[in-house]
Amino acid sequence: MYRLLTFCLIMFFVFSCTKSAENIETNSENVHAHNTEINSFSSTDVKMVYIKGGLYKPFYGSDTILVDVKPFLIDERPVTNAEFLAFVKANPQWQRSSVKKIFVDAAYLKDWKSDTELPLNADPEAPVCFVSWFAAKAFAKSIGKRLPTLDEWEFVAMADTDTPNARNKPSYSDAILDLYLEKDRQYKKVKQSKPNYWGVYNVFDLIWEWTDDFNSALTTGDSRAGEYDDKGLFCAGGATSATDVLNYAAYMRYSMRTAIKANYTIANLGFRCAKDTLITN
Amino acid sequence: MKKYLLLIFSVALLIITSCTENKQQPVEQNMSGNSIFNLSTVWHNQNGDSLQFKNLQGKTLVVVMIYTSCKSACPILVAKMKTIESKISRKDIEKVSLVLVSIDPETDTPEHLKEFAKTNKMEEPQWIFLSSNEEATQEFANVLSMKYKKISPIDFSHSNIITIFNPKGVMVSQEEGLEINVDNVVNTVSKTVKEFK
Repeated sequence: MYRLLTFCLIMFFVFSCTKSAENIETNSENVHAHNTEINSFSSTDVKMVYIKGGLYKPFYGSDTILVDVKPFLIDERPVTNAEFLAFVKANPQWQRSSVKKIFVDAAYLKDWKSDTELPLNADPEAPVCFVSWFAAKAFAKSIGKRLPTLDEWEFVAMADTDTPNARNKPSYSDAILDLYLEKDRQYKKVKQSKPNYWGVYNVFDLIWEWTDDFNSALTTGDSRAGEYDDKGLFCAGGATSATDVLNYAAYMRYSMRTAIKANYTIANLGFRCAKDTLITN
Repeated sequence: MKKYLLLIFSVALLIITSCTENKQQPVEQNMSGNSIFNLSTVWHNQNGDSLQFKNLQGKTLVVVMIYTSCKSACPILVAKMKTIESKISRKDIEKVSLVLVSIDPETDTPEHLKEFAKTNKMEEPQWIFLSSNEEATQEFANVLSMKYKKISPIDFSHSNIITIFNPKGVMVSQEEGLEINVDNVVNTVSKTVKEFK
């Protein structure tokens, strides 16, 4: 008898619960819909490259700090216009007219013809730009990937075409700086230049890229290590704490990261995705 | 018989509590796209309740990100928050929540936060301590444009920002640096409370 009573009671509560939950669902439907669920879409099959990782010396920090980068997978090229278009078609909450303003600034996809049309004359195979960190994160999540961490990205970026760490070669820095002289590189197709040592394309030649923890690049404020303190207030002051003064390109990347905010969208700032891997060797 | 009653009672209680969570106030239809109530991340407070930012709507919010095991800058920030709290008029305080969000979700469990609140005498209902997971923390830090980095297992380096949100979750202003002007914050809070009366 008690068992029956318990059962009835449970049923009653479960029922009344479901009902109230339903009501709320309808009340706040548009709120719920926007980013709890991200729909995946049939993305083009970008190849992911295995990076075995290892110890690396971050551009900033003292000489003794080595960071151990664990093995990971990274897209061999940046995310393209065509892929981002497929993403916003599957996820209308990321289309220009419906995206929540907390996630993007006013320039989000600003050169697109409409919510679901690429810019006039844009190459679908060119890297997507004018995307915020939030948008890049959502894209990656929708296909079961993530953004590379700052250390992962920089680890890959140490390579030139023949060596995994070309930082000390004058040719490495010169080549990047030469690229910076060329305007509007972001409109070019991906994978038209030579891949680096790891088989990763377009690390430097087309765009700047978001990293997952770009906001961990600190040049001012409360750093226990002391070496960053307020140096950012002085022109190029931060360079004195750089471990690699020849690497001016890396210095520019770090400056960029400290200057941007997650909702910024910029004409030549895009991203590529990464993924954890269980393979180690 | 006693056993059964107890069982019924505890089951009922369990269901009622889980029910209550669903009965959170429905969020307004015309929510601003700028509002932090758009964030879908789930947090827990010092009492172990799960909540989202939209559950904080209706009050002016003074928000700071810290971690409780911090020995350098955070105590100053916490002290600033306490000064701010004490300078808000008692008439307004019911319409204000002072929110301390942890950047160290691993260490800052609800029990830890509760303990911290107790030690620092921040136990009145206007004090809310929140922590979540790495992903939610990182997202919220980016909403505040806050820089932070784990520099050792127990230490973080981070920028010091106090942010004020109106009762609709839209950012009103931010004060940055350890020399935050407490009176500016208090004035902005009282203005915001008045505006949304």
